[in-house]
Amino acid sequence: MSSIINITVNRKPHEHLLPDSTLLIDYLRDTLRLTGTKQGCDGGECGACTVLVDGRPMPACITLLKSVAGCHIETIESLATQGRMSRLQRAFHENLGTQCGFCTPGMIMSAEGLLRRNPQPDEMEIRQALSGNICRCTGYVKILESVNAAIGADEEAR
Amino acid sequence: MSTVRKSGGVGVRTPLIDGQEKVRGAARYTADLPPDGALVGRILRSPRPHAEILSIDLSAARALPGVVAVLCGEDCATPYGIIPIAQNEFPLARGKVRYMGEPVAAVAAVDEATAEKALELIRLELRELPSYVTAAEARSPDAVRLHDDKPGNLEREVDDEFGDVEAGFEAADLVREKTFYCDEVTHVHIEPHAAVADYDVLRDHLTFQSVSQVPYYVHLMLAQCLGMDSSRIRIIKPFIGGGFGARTETLNFELVCGLLARAAGGRVRMILSREETFLTHRGRPAAETRIRMGLTREGKITAVDAEMTQLGGAYGGYGIVTILYSGALLNAIYDIPAVRYQGFRVYTNTPPCGAMRGHGTVDMRYAFEALLNQMAQELGLDAFAVRRANLLCVPMETINGLQVTSYGLPEALDWVESQSRWAERRGKLPKGRGLGLGCSHFVSGAAKPVQWTGQPDATVTMRLDFDGNITVFTGATEIGQGSSTVVAQVATEVLGLDHSRVRVVANDSALTPKDNGSYSSRVTYMVGNATLAAAEKLKQHLLAAAARKLDCEVAQVECHGEEYRLADSAAAGVAFGEVVKEALIGQGSITEKGAFIVPRKFQGGKHRGAAVGSTMGFSYAATVVEVSVDEATGEITVEDVWVSHDTGYAINPLAVEGQIQGAVWMGMGQAMMESTNYRDGLPMHANMLDYRIPTMLDSPPIHTHIVESIDPNGPFGAKEASEGGIAGFMPAFAQAVSEAIGVDIDNTPITPDRIVDAVKQAQRLARLKKRPQREKQTEVAE
Repeated sequence: MSSIINITVNRKPHEHLLPDSTLLIDYLRDTLRLTGTKQGCDGGECGACTVLVDGRPMPACITLLKSVAGCHIETIESLATQGRMSRLQRAFHENLGTQCGFCTPGMIMSAEGLLRRNPQPDEMEIRQALSGNICRCTGYVKILESVNAAIGADEEAR
Repeated sequence: MSTVRKSGGVGVRTPLIDGQEKVRGAARYTADLPPDGALVGRILRSPRPHAEILSIDLSAARALPGVVAVLCGEDCATPYGIIPIAQNEFPLARGKVRYMGEPVAAVAAVDEATAEKALELIRLELRELPSYVTAAEARSPDAVRLHDDKPGNLEREVDDEFGDVEAGFEAADLVREKTFYCDEVTHVHIEPHAAVADYDVLRDHLTFQSVSQVPYYVHLMLAQCLGMDSSRIRIIKPFIGGGFGARTETLNFELVCGLLARAAGGRVRMILSREETFLTHRGRPAAETRIRMGLTREGKITAVDAEMTQLGGAYGGYGIVTILYSGALLNAIYDIPAVRYQGFRVYTNTPPCGAMRGHGTVDMRYAFEALLNQMAQELGLDAFAVRRANLLCVPMETINGLQVTSYGLPEALDWVESQSRWAERRGKLPKGRGLGLGCSHFVSGAAKPVQWTGQPDATVTMRLDFDGNITVFTGATEIGQGSSTVVAQVATEVLGLDHSRVRVVANDSALTPKDNGSYSSRVTYMVGNATLAAAEKLKQHLLAAAARKLDCEVAQVECHGEEYRLADSAAAGVAFGEVVKEALIGQGSITEKGAFIVPRKFQGGKHRGAAVGSTMGFSYAATVVEVSVDEATGEITVEDVWVSHDTGYAINPLAVEGQIQGAVWMGMGQAMMESTNYRDGLPMHANMLDYRIPTMLDSPPIHTHIVESIDPNGPFGAKEASEGGIAGFMPAFAQAVSEAIGVDIDNTPITPDRIVDAVKQAQRLARLKKRPQREKQTEVAE
C-alpha cells in the first residue's frame, strides 16, 4: 500500500506518494538524493544515519517514513548556512573529529540534538548522548574535543 | 636552500584538506554516487561451510523479467589473489564452496526486488563435505583438503632460526614457556562495502569505483579476471569510509560487480549489507602462540622461541605475508641475540583472513610482551627496567637482516612512565585496580611490494599552469588517515607557498600515476618522499624564472612565500604570479615527476621470506593502561591510557595524534570485547551488536605524546603513525588486569566472563593449597 506523505525536510515542504514500507533513510537518500545521511549497518546498530526529527536524534534506517509524516526532518545538509559551516561542523573539522568521515554526519546530528536540549552538557552527558554513534577511526578522543570546542567549554575553563 | 613559510607546511597542525566535505555531508562515498539508471547487483552466497557444487541451475533466474545478467563460477575461470604466487580464489566459487557466505552466483536486475527474486530462483545442488574451524581438525591426517595442492590444509609453514637459541636459553637465569590465544577480530570500517561498475560496450571499456585502499591492485585483478587489457579499465576512488586493512586486496564483490557490468553491458551498483560486509571479512586470524623466553637476573633477553598457528580461513589472501610478519617482527624492537620462529598458516572453513592494522604483529607482540611482563615480575624486576635492559643501539642490523636507523623507544618509555606516575603507583594501587605496560613497533611501508615490478615504490607528478595552481597527482589512497593532506603539506613546504595554491588529485587511473595504495603504513614515508622530490624539481623552474626576472644567479634567489627576492637586498621582489608567467614562456604548462625507491639494503636478508617485515623506518610506541575491575561481575573499566609514539617528524601533528589514538583504541577493542564467533560455519557475530566494538561510553581518555626521532630517510624525518601504536595495548591491559585481580589471563579478549572464571579458579586453587589432603580426595571422588 502507498500513501501520500507530507513532510518537511531541511525547512522545505515535500509531498510524495510512496509505499508505506519506505524507510526514512531511503526516502532521504534515494528520493531526495540527500546522501549526507549514511547507512552503516543493517538497522539501528551504528548511528551513522542519525537525523533530527522535530529536533530529536533518530536513526533514519529503522524509521518508517510514514511514522514521521508531518514532522520536520533535519539532515547534515541543513546545518551549514550560505556555505558556512555550523559551530559543530567547524569544530569537528578543525579538531579532527572526523577522519574517514562516514560516521560524521550522524555523529554531528546527535551532538546537534544534544546541544539544542542541553547547551552546556558535561563530559558524561556528551558520552551518553553520542554512545549510539559508532566511530572506528578516532577512539572518540577528538570527537569529544570537537563537541567541547563547539560549546566553548575550553573558553569557560580559562 | 631558500627560505620557506611555515604556514600550511610541515609540522603544522593541519585539518584534513577534504574535511569540510565530510562535516557538511557533501563527501560522496561509493554508495552515494548517482545511480544513473544503474542495475542492482546482488550475490548468492553459499549456505554451507564446505561442499562440492554438483550443479547450479540459473535458467529460472535468467527467465525472470527485469533480470539482465546472471553469472556463476563458470563465467570466470581465472583465479585472483593479492600474492602473485598464492592466487587460489575465484570471484564466484568453482567446483567447491569453502566457507558459508562465499559468493556462488550473481545477478544484475532492474531493481532490488527483482534481483532478490532472481537469487531465490537459482537452484544450487551441493554435496556437503566435513568442515573445519580449528587447527587440530583442519590439520588432522584424515581431514579433507580445502585445496588439493595443500596437504594437511597447511598454507604455509615457516621455520627460521637466527642466532643460537639453545645457547641463549642455557645462558638464561630464568626460562619460561607459555601459550597465549587470541580470538579472530575484524575491521568494522563504518562504511559497508560497495562498488559501481560502468561497462561501455562500444569501446570495450570499464570504469570502476569502489571502496578500495588499493585501487591499483583492483585494476590489475579486474584486468586479470575479466581478461581485459589494463588500458581498457579506469579506476576512480570516491571518498572511503575507513579501511584498517580490510580493503588492501581486491575483494570478491569488486570482481563480481565488474563481471556483471560487462555481462549486462551497462552500469551496475552493488551495495553490500553489513552482514555481507562481515562475511567479506579479511580480518586478523585467530592465533595460538606458544612462546619461550630466556632472561638473565638483570632482565636481559637471551633467547626467544615462538611458535604461532593462525587460522587463516578458506583462501590464501595475505596469509603468507601475515605468518611471516609474525616471526620477522619478533625482531627490531629489542636487542635479542637468538630467535627461533615456527609459523603455521592453516586453511579453515571460515571467511578468509587478511591484513588488519598492525598486520601480523599484534597477537605475537601481545604474547611476547605479556610473557616478558610476567617473567619480570617473577624476577622482581620492574616492567620498565626490563625493557631498558634490552634497548637497541642504532643504527643497527637485526639478526634477521632488518635495518633500524632511528629509535625513539627510550624517550617513549620515559614519557609514559612519568605521566602515569608508574614508579609511585605500580604495585601500591588499591585492590581491583592495576597498571600495565606494553611496547610495540611497525614498519613505515613494506620495503618490497607484493607486486614486484621494478618500478619505484612511489611516483608523484606535479603540475604548474597559467592559473598559478600547483596540482599534485598521486595514486596514494586517502581513506581518512590524511594522506592527501600530507602530500599537500609537503608540496607547500618545499615550494614555500600558501597552502591554498596546492591542490591534490588522488586516485583516478586516467590522471594519477600508479601507486601501490594505502597499506603497511607506506604513504607518508614513500609518497611523502616522492612528493618532496617532485616539488624540489618544480621549485627549480620557479627559482630559474625568478632569477631571470631579478636578473641574478639562481643561487641568489630567496623565496618568501608569494614573493621571490634577491638575497641580501632591500629591493622589492617579484610576485609569484609574475614568476609563473616567466616560467611558462616558451614551454607552457610544467609537469615534474618525483619518484622514491627503497634501496636494496633495506629489503631484508637473504633467507626465504626475508622481505616481509623489511622497511626503511620502524616506528616505536610505549603504552601504559590503567584499569579498574569489579571482581564480582568481571566488569572492567579502562580508566586512563598513556601512549607515547615515536613517529619520527610529525608532518601533521593533528593527524598523527588522531592515528595514534585510533590505533590504541582499536587495540583496546581487541583486548576487551571483540571476537568473531562461528557456529557450524555460520557467523553468529555478523552485525554491530553481536560484534561489539567500544562505544564512547566504553572509551577512556588517551593521553597522547609524539616522540620525534628524526629518521634519516623519511620525508623531513617522518615515519609511520597509524599502526605502531596498536599492539602495545593488549599486553599492557593484560598486566593491568593481572594487578587488579591477582591472576594472569592469557586469552584475548579479556572479557568479564573470563575474569569471573579466572578469579573463581584462582580462589579454588588457593583453597586447594590451604587444605591439600581433603581437596585432593574430593578431586579423586569427582
